[in-house]
Amino acid sequence: MTIGNLLRVLAFAILVLLLVNPDLFSGFFGLFARDTQPAIYNQGNLLDITINHLGIVLAATLASTIIAVGLAIIVTRPFGAEFLPLSRSLANVGQTFPPVAVLALAVPMLGFGTAPTLVALFLYGLLPIFENTLTGLTNLPPAVTDAAKGVGMTGWQRLVKIELPLALPVILAGIRLSTVISLATATIGSTVAARTLGEVIIAGLTTGNTAFVLQGGLIVGVLAVLIYDALSALERTLMLRTGQLGRASA
Amino acid sequence: MSLAAAQSATSRPTWLALDKLGVLIALIALAGAALPFALFRANRIVLGEPRSLLDALPSFPAALLIGILLVGFAVALLRLPIIAKLVAGFAVLATLFVVIGWSAGYLTPEGDTFARVSPGAGFWLLVFAFALLVTDALTRLRLAPLARIAILLAVIAAATLLLWSGSWNDLSLLKEYSTRAPAFWAEARTHLALAFGSVAIAAVVGMPLGILCYKVRPVRAAVLNVLNIVQTIPSIALFGLLIAPLAWVAANVPGASAAGISGIGAAPAMVALFAYSLLPIVSNTVVGLLGVPPAAVDAAKGMGMTGRQRMVGIELPLAFPVILTGIRIVLVQNIGLATIAALIGGGGFGVFVFQGIGQTAMDLVLLGAIPTVALAFAAAVVLDALVEMTSRGVRRP
Amino acid sequence: MIEIDDITKVYNTTAVVDRVTLTIEPHSICVIVGTSGSGKTTLMRMINKLVEPTSGHIRIDGQDIAGIPAYELRRRIGYAIQGHGLFPHRTVGQNVATVPKLLGWDKRKTADRVDELLSLFQLDPAEFRDRLPHELSGGQQQRVGVARALAAGPNILLMDEPYGALDPVIRAKAQEDLLSIQRRFGTTVVLVTHDMEEAIHLGDVIAVMDKGKLLQCDKPAEIIANPATPFVAELIGTSERPFRLLSLATVADHLEPGTPDGEPIDATASLRDAYAELLWSGRSALPVRRDGQLVGQVTLDALARLARPQ
Repeated sequence: MTIGNLLRVLAFAILVLLLVNPDLFSGFFGLFARDTQPAIYNQGNLLDITINHLGIVLAATLASTIIAVGLAIIVTRPFGAEFLPLSRSLANVGQTFPPVAVLALAVPMLGFGTAPTLVALFLYGLLPIFENTLTGLTNLPPAVTDAAKGVGMTGWQRLVKIELPLALPVILAGIRLSTVISLATATIGSTVAARTLGEVIIAGLTTGNTAFVLQGGLIVGVLAVLIYDALSALERTLMLRTGQLGRASA
Repeated sequence: MSLAAAQSATSRPTWLALDKLGVLIALIALAGAALPFALFRANRIVLGEPRSLLDALPSFPAALLIGILLVGFAVALLRLPIIAKLVAGFAVLATLFVVIGWSAGYLTPEGDTFARVSPGAGFWLLVFAFALLVTDALTRLRLAPLARIAILLAVIAAATLLLWSGSWNDLSLLKEYSTRAPAFWAEARTHLALAFGSVAIAAVVGMPLGILCYKVRPVRAAVLNVLNIVQTIPSIALFGLLIAPLAWVAANVPGASAAGISGIGAAPAMVALFAYSLLPIVSNTVVGLLGVPPAAVDAAKGMGMTGRQRMVGIELPLAFPVILTGIRIVLVQNIGLATIAALIGGGGFGVFVFQGIGQTAMDLVLLGAIPTVALAFAAAVVLDALVEMTSRGVRRP
Repeated sequence: MIEIDDITKVYNTTAVVDRVTLTIEPHSICVIVGTSGSGKTTLMRMINKLVEPTSGHIRIDGQDIAGIPAYELRRRIGYAIQGHGLFPHRTVGQNVATVPKLLGWDKRKTADRVDELLSLFQLDPAEFRDRLPHELSGGQQQRVGVARALAAGPNILLMDEPYGALDPVIRAKAQEDLLSIQRRFGTTVVLVTHDMEEAIHLGDVIAVMDKGKLLQCDKPAEIIANPATPFVAELIGTSERPFRLLSLATVADHLEPGTPDGEPIDATASLRDAYAELLWSGRSALPVRRDGQLVGQVTLDALARLARPQ
């Protein structure tokens, strides 16, 4: 086992332990809290909050993936080609909207709670997936797409059998970016009363309890790094399998 | 143009055909025209009452707006020259922005200082629809970088003129602004200092680090891996995690707290934004240098250039557009991220966003969000143009 | 038989292919030669409808292809291109099986066909079937590309600069493979190249194109002897003409009685090889050997005569 994998397993083990039995760590976090303050977050179960956080991210990312990949497929087909230049520009412009703004602007339409967070994560998560799917579908090796036509595949067969499988690593990279951004944006979701790990951090910030900030930050940080790592590994495997390592690194 | 389009062109004039995008724009705009144009509230707290396009304006400007909207519809729907679409799009947008101010003045009862008028969903949809038209036209025109910057400057000038003329003063957004004008500009300065300052420091540190990574392979893997992990940690977590060490520094390093370093406030925000900026700058420096054609470097060697001369005279100039792309990415990203600094007392436009969320005052949220988005957008346009200008003569793989 | 009838392709306002009429006989190899931008590839891509003609007709065995759905037509026509175009995420076996699968062949028949073709191209099925394309050398990839094109036993094989990316040694081998496979299956081959040497070597008929127009279409010997335009002559190369003519025939075709001394030459060698050997060894005649037996001679005088247009 390499050092990197050892660290990953260790980080995961500590994370699970912290979520299942936080009191084990009260000595450590106690170092950062004033004597009168609790060392471990006491306004909710850390495990429940974490699961809720991940659930929101998962739901939003799934929805973004379906819609973004679908849209990218449409604008790369002949009948949607008219929308291709515009959609590229929109994806570009959309990236200049900070996630907080998207979140805040979803509130008047949906009120406080999980709903605006979900919508903000969904909208913001569309961009990286859409952009990457577009890159993946438009940067295929010309000889391969030409051959796919030449052997007599229909448009649908080319899409399903050749284009999507070849673009998959690049699409996955987009999903990975989107997931990591969503994990982060979900924390801010607690400012609009969504039940996410952000509430642990913000509770710490408002009461000046660094222990809360630290445990909230550590849980989100470790989760993000582990998920990012796992998805990267999946991409590498896929690229190795299809012999296109190096092609999709952009 | 597809074969089918070419054939249909022979039977009737080219412009007399439906534009697919135009149909979409027209549908969005129709929905916009049907939805409330403005929202009226007797005071800042109560729920808004919708006002339709016809109710929100005196008859003359209402007729004018409807007329211009109809022309806009027609231009969007037909296959007219791109430039005609661009002009029509800008004209409709300009009219919408002028008329919404007019509507605010019209809806606010004389002398009533509590009443609030803000744009309704209909207004925003109309703006969105015609912004699509303008964006599409600008994309298709493939303007030269300087022309794009010129259009940006013209739009900024028009916006400034609109705000300076006072025609928007009755809008809720501007009322929020006028009650906190000094704070607005103070937070604007903080926001700019956070975003641009962190990128500037990151560029100064990141480019040499990138060159080092390029030259020494083992360092490359290590540095990029660490920066990758930093990039992955959610901003609010990173802000939070920096509080403890910086508080320790402020308490234990002599002179640190006098220099403005403390656990909360601008210092951790600056450090976190700096940390986020490093990865794109370092990795783009490496990628840019790796992309320099080996033949050019070889020729430079062959002509007796020293390592330093090659780096300064050949490699860095050829890699520059890629490095600049990295700077563009982090600048746009940090302008957005700096809003979160408000959560740890770091200031910036985020202050208004979070205050607005707290008070459920959407106009206050907009007061923070609109300048942030505008700033990020302008930075993206300018830097994209610069990247394109510096890329001339450099062949990208 | 492929009948190309007054075909034109216009991009924007330029005619890339300009009123070309050409008939390709069944079971023959027709090589389309031209410089880049001559329209040769566009002309070929109209045969399997990868490009739609602006005007004109193409008939295959008398049937106008305009009435056949593109994908159906393409499944009946083999297609091999430069840089092979193998699907990088599918194994060699799956690549070769592409068209049979599209045509709905059953598994057993497809697998047998894949193994048969791989063996034919000297790729051991057991070893290569489950490999991915990037694990193969350039020459092997190219062979798999041709095997894939031939998988469903098409009557017609289109090849677009198939050997462009290969080094000279592998290229020569691949050309021999093509000739033997064409003879074996009787496939009609349309091959596009910019290399006149390759065209003369492979073609039963050579079609020379320039700026969208078909300049000349004839047997190699005729093209070399009587180029229709200065451009065709330039493409052949004036100083190369006699040697190219000699390269068209084998020693066996022009045997004379007699057995001079010295190292014999094989009857299957081209006249050009015999000429080179005569000059190099300073002799005026070479003995000719077939299956280990001396069967006659080839002389410098005869070659000098044969190197002129007949």
